[in-house]
Amino acid sequence: MNTTDHRGRPIVAVTGIGLVTPLGFGVATNWEALLAGRSGIRRITRFPTDHLRTTIAGTVDLPEEAEGAWLPSSERVRLMAQRAADEALAQSGLVAPFPGPLLLGMPPVELEWPARLRLAEATGEAAPSYKALTEAAAGRDELYRTTAFAGVGDRLAAHLGTRGAPIAISTACATGASAIQLGVEAIQRGETEAAIAIGADGTVQPESLIRFSLLSALSTRNEDPTAASRPFEKTRGGFVMSEGAACLVLESLAHATARGATILGIVRGCGEKSDSFHRTRSNPDGGAVIRAMRNAIEDAGLTPADISYVNAHGTGTPENDKMETFGMRAVFGNDAPPISSNKSMIGHTLSAAGAIEAAFSLLVIRDQMLPPTINHVEPDPAITLDVVPNVARPAKVSNVLSNSFGFGGQNVCLVLSGAPA
Amino acid sequence: MTQASPIWVTGVGLVSAAGEGRDAHRVATLAGAPPALDDTTYAPFAIHPGPALELDRQIPKKGDQRQMEPWQRLGTYAAGLALDDAGARGLVAEMDLIVAAGGGERDMALDESVVAALAPLAPAEAARKLNEMLAGGLRPTLFLAQLSNLLAGNISIVHGVTGASRTFMGEEQAGADAVRVAAARLAEGRGQAALVGGGFVASRWDLMILYHAGGLLRRAPGWAPVLDRATAPGAIPGTLGAFLVLETAEAARARGARGLARIMGVACEQARRDGADTSAMAAARAAARLDLPAGPLAVLSGATGIAGPVAAEREFLDGLGRKLAVRAAGNRLGWGVEATFPGSVALAALALADGRLPAAMGPGEDEFDGPLTDILVTGFAGWRGEALAHLRAIPAEDQP
Repeated sequence: MNTTDHRGRPIVAVTGIGLVTPLGFGVATNWEALLAGRSGIRRITRFPTDHLRTTIAGTVDLPEEAEGAWLPSSERVRLMAQRAADEALAQSGLVAPFPGPLLLGMPPVELEWPARLRLAEATGEAAPSYKALTEAAAGRDELYRTTAFAGVGDRLAAHLGTRGAPIAISTACATGASAIQLGVEAIQRGETEAAIAIGADGTVQPESLIRFSLLSALSTRNEDPTAASRPFEKTRGGFVMSEGAACLVLESLAHATARGATILGIVRGCGEKSDSFHRTRSNPDGGAVIRAMRNAIEDAGLTPADISYVNAHGTGTPENDKMETFGMRAVFGNDAPPISSNKSMIGHTLSAAGAIEAAFSLLVIRDQMLPPTINHVEPDPAITLDVVPNVARPAKVSNVLSNSFGFGGQNVCLVLSGAPA
Repeated sequence: MTQASPIWVTGVGLVSAAGEGRDAHRVATLAGAPPALDDTTYAPFAIHPGPALELDRQIPKKGDQRQMEPWQRLGTYAAGLALDDAGARGLVAEMDLIVAAGGGERDMALDESVVAALAPLAPAEAARKLNEMLAGGLRPTLFLAQLSNLLAGNISIVHGVTGASRTFMGEEQAGADAVRVAAARLAEGRGQAALVGGGFVASRWDLMILYHAGGLLRRAPGWAPVLDRATAPGAIPGTLGAFLVLETAEAARARGARGLARIMGVACEQARRDGADTSAMAAARAAARLDLPAGPLAVLSGATGIAGPVAAEREFLDGLGRKLAVRAAGNRLGWGVEATFPGSVALAALALADGRLPAAMGPGEDEFDGPLTDILVTGFAGWRGEALAHLRAIPAEDQP
């Protein structure tokens, strides 16, 4: 078997997948729900939603917070990432200590309100200043460990026994794809035979929700949560914030086959291109989005005609729908393959999205089934693509392009393919 | 893949309490005095404050300046200095960008007013009041100034750097991995130039609250050398914007750009820092991946002043079993968190280009008397992370 690609690099196989989304825990549960077209979006119950314009989200309820215990986002991120990683590792047959590094896509974390208010209480003052809060923080080592950016990776690395220094990466909504790309590159350049790539997010909390709300990015279709995420549909009104995690165990094909591992698919190509136009919008010429898609296809040694299906970024914001459609037409012309948005069901899992959607893309290839874009009621005449409306369907799928586009002009695309014959 | 290419540092962009730019830092490091210190504004903590910047020189559009908070302006400014220093403005369209970023500024006045308003309320009522105050009080643009990857986003917008763009998070180690990955990508033929670095603003209670929780800050007035803080250990945060332009030697030569130093290798590890996995052991693993020359060695140390990692670094350096001349970046720049490692690499590159180390400053910094050909850069982070880089002077005959 040939274990190098068209550029002479080691082929990067996926030997384990783990998933946590608002649809549930585990690959089997998630995939079944996705093909059934179920939505995981619901009313927020974790905190009061008075005064909020958006009161719905794709929340993941962790057993660790069942008793109403408050967990900071960093802990929610870690717990979801760990569940996904445990599932992926078990499938891969590798055990801790893992023979490679951890590449962790995660959101920026910071001191959150419950912790800040506890510090305020500890000062004994009615209106403490930041200086007083800082003095009250003395000796609270645990507070630092759960708030430092290195904290989540440190605990995960200890659990998984990964090698070297874990890297935490953030490229906004492309983060999960960037984490996979970092792992793929490390294997391609021979730095390691294996890597764990994770994308995780768990930041549905009042302040983050309000921040996205103030950017007018969120759907406010609160009355019917499951119908709120409507990518590529005429009555779309923004994205739905969501949580989750996905983990891919990446291995050089040579390493995986030598130990007799089951190959679930390969990451055949990665492409990226950043935009210099605006902090939250793409250049109207679509240049960066188009280049990212083309770069990934070219990196995979393929042509656009080889792509059987596109796993959309598909957030359901008017801006994304317009730019992604434009990019699709520019790259694929009149023969654009079907494209569907997992986010219509799970919402936008932000830092996790690129990894979750890469995981689903591999399942598309495994089962030769396209998940639908649900909530497709009123077609938008400006969207002429086959968005696999409402119902999953079988298709012959060899190569999937998975798109991730983020704030700050970050565009990352992956090409996922089946195991080499 | 192509044969691994030599990687050069062709430009540095430094902004610190010592000033801005290559010349200001050369003058300051040769003078051997600590940078400006402010031990009253954030007492009982001291900081090294940054210089006043003429932002228009690197961020010409007022609209761009308004869209950023200080840490992003500092980083974007320093990135621009690095591009100018390398004469690399013409390369930006396909240039890689790897930024080591922390968290963005909070609206501290809003935070303090929320804390005061919520203090007397029962939990359920406080939660509702929190929503009300945040929904009415948060500025929409602040979010974008807070997002860690938006320093990279602003560098793309202001300077047009639009190759690969990645933002690493993880305090000091993020800066080290940023340099490592940027160099590794160039060495294997992915791209020909990279801009890598970070920006850290010291004058921020919203970060000091965390660092103090972690026991990382020196709690005393005045200054002491980072290697001699036994009576009051801890870091003194220093405002630091530090960016490097890295290029393959072929690409630099082809456009007639001189290199400051060659990056021979970068290695990162992360110890659990318990009895079974110490910092010194991790650093030794990293050192085994480098190809350091025999004999006396110059060391540009990223020492923080925090007791544990300083002791671990001494143990590691002692284990090298040779004569060393250590210079602590922290004595010249303060503790720049994410920007620390790129800042240390920048000082090392300047020293190699000039052929002389910074003037010795107090205990732990011995005189150096050999020809300066190689420098070991160390990064023993305050909490987690051990990183090393090996830089070498570029012989005159290899320069264009």
